[in-house]
Amino acid sequence: MNSAKPLVGSFVRIQKRDLQSLVDELKAVHDRVVGPREIDSAIVYDDLDHVDQLPIGVIDHQEGGVYRLTHESSDSHFDYVVGPQSLKSFLFPPHETISESFRKDGQWEIQAVETPATRIAVLGPRACDLRGLAIQDKVFLEGPYVDPGYKRRRDALFIVAVNCRRSVATCFCHAMDCGPAVTSHFDLALTEMDECFAVEIGTSAGGVAMDATSWEPMSETEVAQAKEVSVELEESMRNGTSARQMETGGIRELLMDNLEHPRWQEVADRCLSCGNCTMVCPTCFCSSADEVADLSGDHVRRERSWASCFTAEHSYMHSGNVRKTTRSRYRQWLTHKLATWQDQFDSSGCTGCGRCITWCPVGIDLTEEVAAIRGE
Amino acid sequence: MVDRQSVTPGNPWVAQLARIQGIQQELPSVATYDLVLEDPTVAEAFKFQPGQFNMLYLPGFGEAAISISSDPSHLASLQHTVRAAGNVTTALSRVHVGDQLGVRGPFGSSWPLEACRGKDVVIACGGIGLPPLRPLIYYMIQHREEFGRVHLLYGARTPGELLFTDEFPPWQAAGIEMAVTVDLGYDDWTGDIGVVPVLFHRLNLNAHKTIVMTCGPEVMMRFVIFEALARGIDPRNIYLSMERNMQCAVGLCGACQLGPKFVCKDGPVFTYEQMEPYLMLEDL
Ligand SMILES: Cc1cc2nc3c(=O)[nH]c(=O)nc-3n(C[C@H](O)[C@H](O)[C@H](O)COP(=O)(O)OP(=O)(O)OC[C@H]3O[C@@H](n4cnc5c(N)ncnc54)[C@H](O)[C@@H]3O)c2cc1C
Ligand code: SF4
Ligand code: SF4
Ligand code: FES
Repeated sequence: MNSAKPLVGSFVRIQKRDLQSLVDELKAVHDRVVGPREIDSAIVYDDLDHVDQLPIGVIDHQEGGVYRLTHESSDSHFDYVVGPQSLKSFLFPPHETISESFRKDGQWEIQAVETPATRIAVLGPRACDLRGLAIQDKVFLEGPYVDPGYKRRRDALFIVAVNCRRSVATCFCHAMDCGPAVTSHFDLALTEMDECFAVEIGTSAGGVAMDATSWEPMSETEVAQAKEVSVELEESMRNGTSARQMETGGIRELLMDNLEHPRWQEVADRCLSCGNCTMVCPTCFCSSADEVADLSGDHVRRERSWASCFTAEHSYMHSGNVRKTTRSRYRQWLTHKLATWQDQFDSSGCTGCGRCITWCPVGIDLTEEVAAIRGE
Repeated sequence: MVDRQSVTPGNPWVAQLARIQGIQQELPSVATYDLVLEDPTVAEAFKFQPGQFNMLYLPGFGEAAISISSDPSHLASLQHTVRAAGNVTTALSRVHVGDQLGVRGPFGSSWPLEACRGKDVVIACGGIGLPPLRPLIYYMIQHREEFGRVHLLYGARTPGELLFTDEFPPWQAAGIEMAVTVDLGYDDWTGDIGVVPVLFHRLNLNAHKTIVMTCGPEVMMRFVIFEALARGIDPRNIYLSMERNMQCAVGLCGACQLGPKFVCKDGPVFTYEQMEPYLMLEDL
């Protein structure tokens, strides 16, 4: 073991089998360690005790409406990319009790529900998902009001990110300036090399965790080699090998000046309004608040749940639904992601993760929709 | 800017308890609830600007966004005038004096008091659109000398559906020039018949020193805006209060989006200049 902790910003090397020491250390200081697991033919986040549980040698194939895994006899730990889940479900859970009311002797008492956050260390998020996290931070932490539950969970999250070596056909992080290189919002970032993992130290907590491994310093040449992994992947994505493309120049005006474009109706004719895209999207943050009462009505929970702009309830008003058609709902979703998000939060609402393309049952592809409106 | 302090600075999702100290049945389906916040420190800190709203909470039923309809300088009586429309508002129509409910707020932008100073003012509203403007009317009466002519154009479907009619004579006596219209008049109705925007025809406005504020059904507001624009009033001097579904009122739930705006935190009061690209679009 090394005597000094690795410094923030530095790169160190660990042998592949030494990843287990890191997992053990994370297990010791966090309530849960989660990582990518192959469950029911998809890569999802689940509890990780042992590195052997990672989908080693698994490769994913993604296309509009298609997700398929194949198994190869390689020792690559992370050559699948993103599955249906992102970090969103850890920080902004699909259901959460936000307050509770109790009635005793005819008097109400209303209490905040502020359960301490589970301290989670997550292994595996990619560049696109770290951007998704940064975008949700802006929504939940940086507006006039802070979401207290999100803040508690966010403060308790430890991130071991992974630099992609491979993309799938639905990826377009390069076009959204989100990846494939991991650049911020991580404690540690791994790059898988032939014989070892290169580990970039993002925070002092990351440095402390690395201390449990037999890390070795990396030479400048070795660091350059590790960084080259992302550079090469980005180049191949730009050249159109295994990636979607999207021209983002002037996209806000393009969409907002074309709110009556016939393409909205064409996509609406295919769209099922199922809302899958909003569920898998790492940045979608809409929610509804509903009452859950016990039989007596004396104990009431107020529950916040993920909502989707594809439902009728989302825009319901007593005078009628504002968005009555699939056309208007798809338009709301796409213009929000790519255009009005910029007005609201100073960035795009899309990270180029491609999930909405893969998990759309009819394979609707936002990059195609944008190109069509551009007249390409 | 808008006063953003909330009664629940710590957790914006959680309501504070209030007690109903009075209920005034205004119409068969509309009542004004006079609330007092139970926690004295919370009550002490509560201030609002005309045009802001609260989320009223009935445990087991849910929340509704309701504008504060009382005098902003008389905080001992926080009034909310509510039309029984659906689930929560109908449950509210069954509560009694002494009952409790939850309050979160005040939220949102307010009517442009600063912009109105030294100007003539046209307030054009329909039906349940008057209560969100009543705090402004009280303010203007108390500071009458700061404003030029103040016109209040108000309409309802029938004479029986006009709100706050008892207050019309004192308002007029205080220098508010009122014109009231109904869609359907009965035999004893001697006032105007027709929609609110038509009342513009009798005003002799100086376009360069007039501020227009409107609240009511979206169609009515659109016609009010047409009338104002036709008289040369600048889109920046026309203000309207928008309604959208609201789950959080604090910019966290996404429900209230209207183009790039969040109605809860950027609105509900907007200039027509802000709304112009979106207001006339069907289904946006
Ligand atoms: C900023 C603002 C100020 C308002 N001020 C007043 C007021 O002073 N007096 C008054 O009577 N009404 C006012 N409303 C309208 C009032 O909020 C709705 O009538 C009320 O939410 C209906 O709820 P409900 O549960 O009774 O109806 P339901 O039809 O059962 O509604 C179900 C849900 O839909 C949503 N919803 C339905 N209608 C509306 C609506 N018009 N606006 C927003 N959300 C809606 C709510 O989330 C509600 O919980 C205001 C709305 C907004 C946005
Ligand atoms: S819009 Fe689609 S590609 Fe963009 S972040 Fe959301 S799921 Fe990913
Ligand atoms: S979009 Fe980029 S960062 Fe995300 S999985 Fe694909 S290649 Fe990796
Ligand atoms: S009501 Fe939730 S964001 Fe506006």
